[in-house]
Amino acid sequence: MATAPRFWRENPSRYNLVGIRCNSCGRYFFPRRAICPICHRKSVGKIEEVKLKGTGKIFSFTEVHDTLEELVLQKPYVVAMVEFDEGPKVTGQVIDCEASELQIGTPVRVTMRKLSEEGPSGIIHYGYKFVPVKEKAP
Amino acid sequence: MRRVAVIGVGDTEFGELWDSSFRDIGIKAGLSAVADANISADNIDALFVGNMSAGRFIEQEHIAALIGDYAGLARDNIPSTRIEAAGASGGLALRQGFIAVASGLHDIVVVGGAEKMTDVSDEESAVIQSSAADQEWETVLGATFPALHALIAKRHMHEYGTTREQLADVAVKNHRHGSLNPKAQFQREITRETVMSSPMVSSPLRMFDCAPSSDGAAAVVLCPLEQAKKYTEVPVEIVGSGQASDYLALHHRKDICTMEATKAAAKRAFAMASLAQKDVDLAEVHDNFTISEILAVEDLGFFKKGEGGKATEAGLTGLEGEIAVNTSGGLKARGDPIGATGLAQVVEIVTQLRGKAGKRQVKDAQVGLTHNVGGTGATAVVHIFRRA
Ligand SMILES: [Zn+2]
Repeated sequence: MATAPRFWRENPSRYNLVGIRCNSCGRYFFPRRAICPICHRKSVGKIEEVKLKGTGKIFSFTEVHDTLEELVLQKPYVVAMVEFDEGPKVTGQVIDCEASELQIGTPVRVTMRKLSEEGPSGIIHYGYKFVPVKEKAP
Repeated sequence: MRRVAVIGVGDTEFGELWDSSFRDIGIKAGLSAVADANISADNIDALFVGNMSAGRFIEQEHIAALIGDYAGLARDNIPSTRIEAAGASGGLALRQGFIAVASGLHDIVVVGGAEKMTDVSDEESAVIQSSAADQEWETVLGATFPALHALIAKRHMHEYGTTREQLADVAVKNHRHGSLNPKAQFQREITRETVMSSPMVSSPLRMFDCAPSSDGAAAVVLCPLEQAKKYTEVPVEIVGSGQASDYLALHHRKDICTMEATKAAAKRAFAMASLAQKDVDLAEVHDNFTISEILAVEDLGFFKKGEGGKATEAGLTGLEGEIAVNTSGGLKARGDPIGATGLAQVVEIVTQLRGKAGKRQVKDAQVGLTHNVGGTGATAVVHIFRRA
């Protein structure tokens, strides 16, 4: 489990959904990387930080019944792999819904929430979770 | 490059071994491999030890020296090296031993693997196992190790129509094999209903889809093939060795239903062996979850992508099937002491190729394969063995 400094160091990515675009191949990556795994050295100097829109679709999901003590999560909860509109995939919780309301392909958007509290120090970790995007009435 | 043979194998029982310490089990497996190979301490040139997390399971690091010491080798000052690649630690230790002998640097090498998991609570064990995944971008966001495999299972069912029953069939088969293995942690047969009514862990995976926590150790002795007949009547040659890596986090992979590292490691091992999938009689694959075995039999090339579930349901991976998969009971029934697992797979293959597997013997077995995975597929190691 990430200790406080290790966790906070990644804040720009985690809080603001900052990833990168490789201007050699045009691909997006999240979180930030120093080198594009497709272009390798050709990407040096061509990595640009970008903020992702935070919208995407569920690629896969699971309802977690048995979790790690230290995560202090109310069970069961839903974890999904989400494919952002820009291309990168991430893993995170889906909240404000039941697993039975979700399908592969359900549109979701990011919401910033408390992820966990760290031990007696009470440090609170924030980060992204997802909520389903309700279909607009026609 | 020299040709390399396995001349001795040894292991402990797997399970909750309350009476035994980490040192006890490590030494027990090592001594039985050394006795099997008819060698003595002064023959040994080097020791490699696979272990994932002794630092967290028993608060002991520097275990290569520890195992060498309690194996009685301290005064001989032989080199002893620990190898860590999460669940693939044992398979990777074997590969390091193989490279050391093949290169000509060492003649007789002992490769062991050990893990003592039950000194910590089940809760703590789950936390330690989760550290094989990306702590900062998977675990902290709520994705446990079983949850990550559940994401794979859900997607595989979506893309290929793999069924909940087919997942259960993997566990049923491996428990049947385990019931024929006197060293297995679980020697009781189960049914589809046992699996499908067991407590939900992370949907669609239930408790009987998951390999257990285990204590245990396994070891093998390697030497150049040309010297092997001095030590054993039935040497088993390591004819292929392949290793590969991939993105650490599952969500970065090209396709979560395919372990590219498994495919790449298998391709390299088969190329070195100059063999094809149809030549393989039996395989020990990394079934830490039922879905993992389905991916493994596809990605190793035994069945087409998407056909692993159907093949399992049709009995093609049983003892009498096209390819006998996990005759030991696999990680599911034989047990999964992480660092020992990759070596326990070798012990089973060598036992089978020697024709000494008793009730679970695969008839006329000539070629066997081991497949060991770290994390959700960021490391894979494949070895191919042939009766020499
Ligand atoms: Zn690029």
